[in-house]
Amino acid sequence: MNQTGLTGETLLELRQVSKSYGDLHALSQVDLTVPTGQWLSIVGPSGSGKTTLMNIVGAMDKATSGTVLLDGVELSQLRPKDLTTIRRDTVGLIFQKFHLIPHLNAVENVMVAQYYHSMPDEAEALAALTRVGLAGRASHRPAQLSGGEQQRVCIARALINYPKLILADEPTGNLDAANELIVLDLFHSLHAEGTTLIVVTHDPEVARQGQREIALDHGKVVSEVRHG
Amino acid sequence: MAQTARRAMFFRMVTRSLTRRRSRVVIAVLAVAIGATTLFALATIATDIPRQMTREMRVYGGNMLVLPADGQTAFDIGLLDQVDQLIEPDSLIGSAPYRYQTVRLNEQPYLAAGTDLAAVRAISPYWYVEGDWPAVGDEILVGQDIADWIGLVPGDLVELVAAAPQDGPDPASGSTASGSAPAPNQADDADPASHPTPASQSGSASPDDPAPTDDLLASDLTAFFTVSGIASTGGEEDSMIFLELADLEALTQVEGVIEAAEYSIVLNGGQVSQLAETISARIPQVSAAGVTRLTRSDSYVLDLLQGLLGLVTGIVLALTMIGVSTTMMAVVAERRNEIALLKALGATNRSVEQQFLTEGLALGLIGGLLGCGLGYGVAQVVSWTVFHRSVAFNWWLALATVALAAGVSYAASLLPVRRTAQIDPALVLRGE
Ligand SMILES: Nc1ncnc2c1ncn2[C@@H]1O[C@H](COP(=O)(O)OP(=O)(O)OP(=O)(O)O)[C@@H](O)[C@H]1O
Ligand SMILES: [Mg+2]
Repeated sequence: MNQTGLTGETLLELRQVSKSYGDLHALSQVDLTVPTGQWLSIVGPSGSGKTTLMNIVGAMDKATSGTVLLDGVELSQLRPKDLTTIRRDTVGLIFQKFHLIPHLNAVENVMVAQYYHSMPDEAEALAALTRVGLAGRASHRPAQLSGGEQQRVCIARALINYPKLILADEPTGNLDAANELIVLDLFHSLHAEGTTLIVVTHDPEVARQGQREIALDHGKVVSEVRHG
Repeated sequence: MAQTARRAMFFRMVTRSLTRRRSRVVIAVLAVAIGATTLFALATIATDIPRQMTREMRVYGGNMLVLPADGQTAFDIGLLDQVDQLIEPDSLIGSAPYRYQTVRLNEQPYLAAGTDLAAVRAISPYWYVEGDWPAVGDEILVGQDIADWIGLVPGDLVELVAAAPQDGPDPASGSTASGSAPAPNQADDADPASHPTPASQSGSASPDDPAPTDDLLASDLTAFFTVSGIASTGGEEDSMIFLELADLEALTQVEGVIEAAEYSIVLNGGQVSQLAETISARIPQVSAAGVTRLTRSDSYVLDLLQGLLGLVTGIVLALTMIGVSTTMMAVVAERRNEIALLKALGATNRSVEQQFLTEGLALGLIGGLLGCGLGYGVAQVVSWTVFHRSVAFNWWLALATVALAAGVSYAASLLPVRRTAQIDPALVLRGE
């Protein structure tokens, strides 16, 4: 496996990041540094703030306090419009519930990400589907695909614009063992290409795939483990 | 290149959303279509029925007659200039003077009408003429019955014989014929004297001049004419002879008087009556009357329809607006997750709004098109049941309806679509 910080550069740095919903502290004073190319696993009990952290890192939500530096940009200073640009250019998202657009077929769902990023290119979108093993399912709509296949469409969509950072929130939570393996294989190949991965999971087996694993509890980083 | 690909993808997203989310789309389209149907049907009836009736009036002939004042049998043709001044030039389709004279053809007396044949043709396009309308002087039209009786065909040369005028023809006293309308047009309120009585046989103005009633006399006037065509209308015209007024004047050696003038004016019944009253009042030598062909109930319903059109348009537009706007609210609420996802993928508020507004516009277009089809059906049914006639499909009206439906639908989508800006992309990971 690769060593931590392939190039030694830092892609993501959180300093004293807190997020409150009224009295509830979803995150409190989190410090976290993720070097470019690292595969980081995040574990923790339900309600510990994992998704909250992902939303902040993915430029979909703003921290209540603290600073978030993603690829050299301070996110907490940005206007909504610039956050949109960060989401578009820097981040690829994979969810537990597969979140595809129901009235578009597989290849069109991938092309949507191209459309908002730069320019839709059906051949390239088909190549991405081929990479996740769905060449034959390009014209199927989400309702006509299995859960594992839907998740693979999401992965194809997440990697289509070559994002520096892929955020996956329980990507294998709804998958059987066979599909879990396929997804992990894809993560391994993305990692090998140098993509930075942050994967939230409840599954210790999945968490072990990362180079580094942190555990959250009550909005705080409570432990950190290095694998391999 | 990039722009084309982006536009193609945009189009693809919108059409997929419309064609694959049928139940929602159907409701929204119906909301628009019902409004468009009502509007198009009503507008079609309110514009086409009166148009048809006006046109029919033209086909049947004029809609106003100018006759000599009470007690007179003829009037000076110069008075028509005064009449013309009272009519809006734009509304006048045509007018034709008439003077009647009994002439003999093959020893038989027939009623001849001296008129302006080009004007007659314009006012009464329904006349069927075998051969040609007279193009030059010395040509006449002969009614079908006369032609059958004598065996005339276009191109025949005939001799018309008229009695010589009495001494000192006086236009006011009327030496030609008794008051009568141009044959096909019996004015409702005009003197019901049906067939014009031939001048030569009516009471003479100067009793000391014995009027010859026998065969060709030395004092008889004759002229030769070419039969250019045989006219057939199914009415009294079939037993008449038509020639240019100037030719009749030359034949009879009486000039400047006529017995009637027929007008075709683009005005409704009420307006024509009003005009006729004005004419009768301003020019005492003549008496004008409208020729009404619509039944009172028809024109009442039409007036009502046109009055309602404005009111109903407003109501229908408001209802359509509410219907579309409510549906779009529901659509936006229903697609919160999809909108959040688009934003998470990097869609700007603007591009999301643009997509939903385009959908709103497309729903309006489809609803408008559907409304034109349905509305035409409704208009046809209503028109048949109420007016016993069919309506024509008006493309301009259809275009206006579709444009209005699309515009209203777009406007109604503006407010709901604004709400997409408030949808938070963080929703996606929360996974509701
Ligand atoms: N929009 C919100 N408004 C109020 N409270 C919120 C909101 N989003 C999250 N929370 C609260 O913040 C805390 C952290 O939530 P978060 O979704 O980050 O947990 P999580 O670690 O992802 O849990 P799970 O494993 O169940 O997905 C929870 O107590 C949650 O109820
Ligand atoms: Mg979560």
